[in-house]
Amino acid sequence: MSMEIAIPQPAERETYLNKEYGVWSWLLTTDHKRIALLYLISITFFFFIGGFFALLIRLELLTPAGDLVQADTYNKLFTMHGMVMIFFFLIPSIPAVLGNFLVPMMIGAKDLAFPRINLLSWYLYIIGGVLMLHCMLTGGVDTGWTFYAPFTTNFTNTNFIEAGMAIFVAGFSSILTGLNFVVTIHRMRAPGLTWARLPLFIWAHYATSIIQLLGTPVIAVTIVMVAAERALHLGIFDPKLGGDPLLFQHLFWFYSHPAVYIMILPAMGIMSEIIACFSRKRIFGYSFVAFSSIAIAVFGFLVWAHHMFVAGMSVYAALVFSLLSYAVAVPSAIKVFNWTATLYKGSIHYDAPMLYAFGFLGLFTMGGLTGLFLAALGINVHVTDTYFVVAHFHYIMVGGAVMGYLGGMHFWWPKISGRLYPEGWARLAALIVFIGFNLTFFPQFILGYLGMPRRYYDYSHMPEFQVLNVLSTAGATVLGVGYLLPMIYFLWSMRYGKPASDNPWNAAGLEWKTASPPPTFNFDEEPVVTWEAYNYEELDAPHTEEVRVAR
Amino acid sequence: MLNNFPLWPQQASTLAGRVDALYVFLLIVTGMMTLLIFICVVYFAARFRHRPGVRAEQIEGSTPLEITWSAIPFLVFMVIFAWGAVVYFKERTPPADASEVYVVAKQWMWKVEHAEGQREINELHVPVGRDVKLIMTSQDVIHSFYIPAFRIKQDVLPGRYTVEWFRATKPGIYHLFCAEYCGTQHSGMVGDIVVQEPAQFEAWMNGGSSGPLSASGEKMFAELGCATCHRNDAGGRGPNLKGVFGKPVQLEDGRTVTADENYLRECILDPGAKRVKGFQPIMPTFQGLVSEEQVNALVAYIKSISSANAGEGVKSSASAATPQSAGKVQPNGSQVQ
Repeated sequence: MSMEIAIPQPAERETYLNKEYGVWSWLLTTDHKRIALLYLISITFFFFIGGFFALLIRLELLTPAGDLVQADTYNKLFTMHGMVMIFFFLIPSIPAVLGNFLVPMMIGAKDLAFPRINLLSWYLYIIGGVLMLHCMLTGGVDTGWTFYAPFTTNFTNTNFIEAGMAIFVAGFSSILTGLNFVVTIHRMRAPGLTWARLPLFIWAHYATSIIQLLGTPVIAVTIVMVAAERALHLGIFDPKLGGDPLLFQHLFWFYSHPAVYIMILPAMGIMSEIIACFSRKRIFGYSFVAFSSIAIAVFGFLVWAHHMFVAGMSVYAALVFSLLSYAVAVPSAIKVFNWTATLYKGSIHYDAPMLYAFGFLGLFTMGGLTGLFLAALGINVHVTDTYFVVAHFHYIMVGGAVMGYLGGMHFWWPKISGRLYPEGWARLAALIVFIGFNLTFFPQFILGYLGMPRRYYDYSHMPEFQVLNVLSTAGATVLGVGYLLPMIYFLWSMRYGKPASDNPWNAAGLEWKTASPPPTFNFDEEPVVTWEAYNYEELDAPHTEEVRVAR
Repeated sequence: MLNNFPLWPQQASTLAGRVDALYVFLLIVTGMMTLLIFICVVYFAARFRHRPGVRAEQIEGSTPLEITWSAIPFLVFMVIFAWGAVVYFKERTPPADASEVYVVAKQWMWKVEHAEGQREINELHVPVGRDVKLIMTSQDVIHSFYIPAFRIKQDVLPGRYTVEWFRATKPGIYHLFCAEYCGTQHSGMVGDIVVQEPAQFEAWMNGGSSGPLSASGEKMFAELGCATCHRNDAGGRGPNLKGVFGKPVQLEDGRTVTADENYLRECILDPGAKRVKGFQPIMPTFQGLVSEEQVNALVAYIKSISSANAGEGVKSSASAATPQSAGKVQPNGSQVQ
C-alpha cells in the first residue's frame, strides 16, 4: 500500500515522466531522458535474449559430449550471443541509456544538441534490432560475431547479409549518439563549466564518442565488402577470387578493438562518479584520470592487430602491435591507481553503487592484468583462441562494463525514476553478481591455459576439461540470478519504492541540483557553475547553502 | 570425472618450458599487482569507512606519484614485452635443417604428408628430439593448427603457406586442435600428435610408405608437362628450377623476391603475378587443375632438386645468389636467354 507516501501536495509537480501520457508522447519524444528510457527498455530486452543464449551455451558445455543442441545450433548460439550482447547491449548500454540521460544534465543543458537526431538514433537501433530478431527467428547466423572471411563470404549457408545489415544499421545509431555527445559537450556547457570542471563521466563519454565517430564507419564498410563478396563474388577477401583473408581481419579489428573501449570507457566514467561520491572526496589526480580516457581512445586505435599474432602476419608487425598494446595498458593502470588513491582518507559509505564499484575494481583489474598475458607474444601464441581469451574479455566487458552499468543504474535510479530501490536487495545482488561472475569465468582462465579452444560444442576428445566447465556453468546460473534481481526490484520500486529526494546521496554534480525526476528541460533556470567537480568538501561542510536550480 | 583433472598442461616440446617460464613470471608479477591493489582497497575501505563527525580529507593529487605509478608499470611491461618477443621469435623461426611435413586443412580434417612419404589423417607421428617444420595450407576457410602440449599455434590460410615448428621432448599422445572457428564440425577437427622414440618412428615411417613426397612431385612434374619448359639447362622457355629454392629471384617488374615455398606455390597457381625477369608470360595457371596435395608434392620436388645433396652435386654456397646450372648467368642474377 503506497497511500501514506503521498506527501500532501496541492498539485503534482510536473516531471519528464508525467508531463504527457500515451504511446505517441514516448515514441515521438525528443526529450533525451525519455529516449534514454526507450533505450533502457530495448537494451534490457536484448540483454536477456543474449543472456538466454549464454545459458544454453553453458548448459551444452556441462558435459563433454555434444548432447543438448546440435553443432550448427551451438554455432548459431555463440554467434547470436556475441552479436546481440556486443552490438545491441554493450555498445549502446551506458552511452545510450545513462549517457543520454545524464550528459545534458551534468553540463547544465536543456537537452542534447540534436534532439531529433537522438530520436532517430533510437529508431535506427530498433530497425537494426528488428532485423537481428528476424534473422534469429528465420534461422540465425553461424559465423561467430567476428564473421571472418572467407568462411562468411563464401562458405556459410546462413543468412549473414541480414545480420550484417542489422549491425550496419545499429552502427549508425551508435555514430549518431557519439556525434550528439561531441557537439553537446563542446557547445552546450553551462556558464562557468570549463573543461577542467567537467565531471569525469563527461570526459569518458567524450572519449567514447570520438571512437564511435571514427571507428564505426570502418565496420560499416567492412560489412558492405563482406556482403559484396558474398552476393556478387567480388574478390576482396577470398584468395580463390584473388582476395586476402588477412585484409578482412585488419579491417574488422580496426573497429572491433576500439569498440572494446566504447564499452569500457563509459563504465570508467561511472566509476569516477561513484567512488568520489561514496568516499566524499574529489577524485585523486583529476586531470590524469581525464586525460587517460583520451589516451585510451587514441592508443586504442593503434593496437588492433594484437588479435592477429598467429594469423599469418609478419613477425615485425607483431612486435610493434605487442609494444603498443603495453602502451595502452598504462592509462588503464593510471585509472585504477587513482581510484584506489581516492579511497585514501575518504569517508567511505558502503551503499549498493559503491559495492558495484568495488566489484568493478576487482574484476577490471583481473581483466586488465590478464591482458598483459595476451599482449606478450610468446604467451599469446598458446592462449589465443582458447578460453583464456574468453575469460579475459568477459572480465573486461562483463566484469567491467556491466558492473559499471549496474552501479550507475543504482546510483542514478533515484534521479531517473524518482524512487529509491530497496538497498538490502541491491547489496545482495551486487554480492551475487560478483561471486557468480568469478565462478563462471575464473575457471575459464585455467581451461584456456590447458588449451581448450573456443567455440567447441563437443569436447569428448578431451573429457579432462569437464570439471572446470561444470564450475563455470554453475557460476553462470548464480550470475543469472544476480542479473535478474535488479530488474525485479527496479520494476518493483517504480511503484512501491520510497520517493527519492532531489539529492539522496548528497552528491556533487549538476544532475543532483535539479528535481527527481527532473522536469522536461532539466533546470528551471540555467545553472551557473562556480565550483570544481567533486566539491564534496563544500557539500559536507556544516553550513552549506545548497545551490538549487529547480524547486 | 574427477580422476583426471589437470590444472597445468603437459610440457612436451622445447618451447613449452620457455612459454611456461614467462607465464609463471607473469603470474607472479600480476599476482603481486592484484594483491597490492586488493590490500589497498580493502585496507582503505575499512580504515576510512564513514564515521559520524569525521570528514574526508580532500587531496588534490600528486604528480610525482602519478609519474611513479605510470613509469614503474611501464618498465615492468617492457620487460614482459621483450621476454615475450624473444620467445615469439624463437617460436617463429624454424631451424634450417628441420624435417618437413606438409599439412593440408579442410573442413573438417587435417591431412598430413611427411616429406619422406607417409600420409596420415588427423594424426601426426613425430620422433622425439628432432626439429619438425610444418608447411601448412587450407583448401577452404581459415583453420589453426594448435598443439597445447607444445604451446604452438598457427593459423592455416587458404591461398598461401604458413609455417610452424617444434621439437618434441617426450613420447606420448597429445591433443591436436583446430583453434580457428571453421564451421559446423569445428570441434570435430581434432586429432592426435603421436610422439615416438626415434627407432619406433623409423619403423612406423618405413611401414607401407609410398616413397618420398618429392618422388611423386617429380612424377607429376613430368606428367603435367612442366619439364617441357622448365628444362634442366638454360635453353628452356621457363627458368631452370634446379637450385632455385631459397635463392633471390629477380622479377620482370624489377622486384627481387626469395624463392620460398610461398613463391613456388604462387608461381604454380598464378604464374603471371611474379614472373621471372627475362621470360615470356606463357605459363598457364594450374589453379583448379592440381589439388593442394599435388602443389605440395611439386614444391617438395623443386626443393629437392635445390638442396645440397640432390643429384648433380650442387654444392653451392659461394654462388648462392644465382641459379646453379643455369649456364650463363649475369652478375645481377638474371638469366640470359
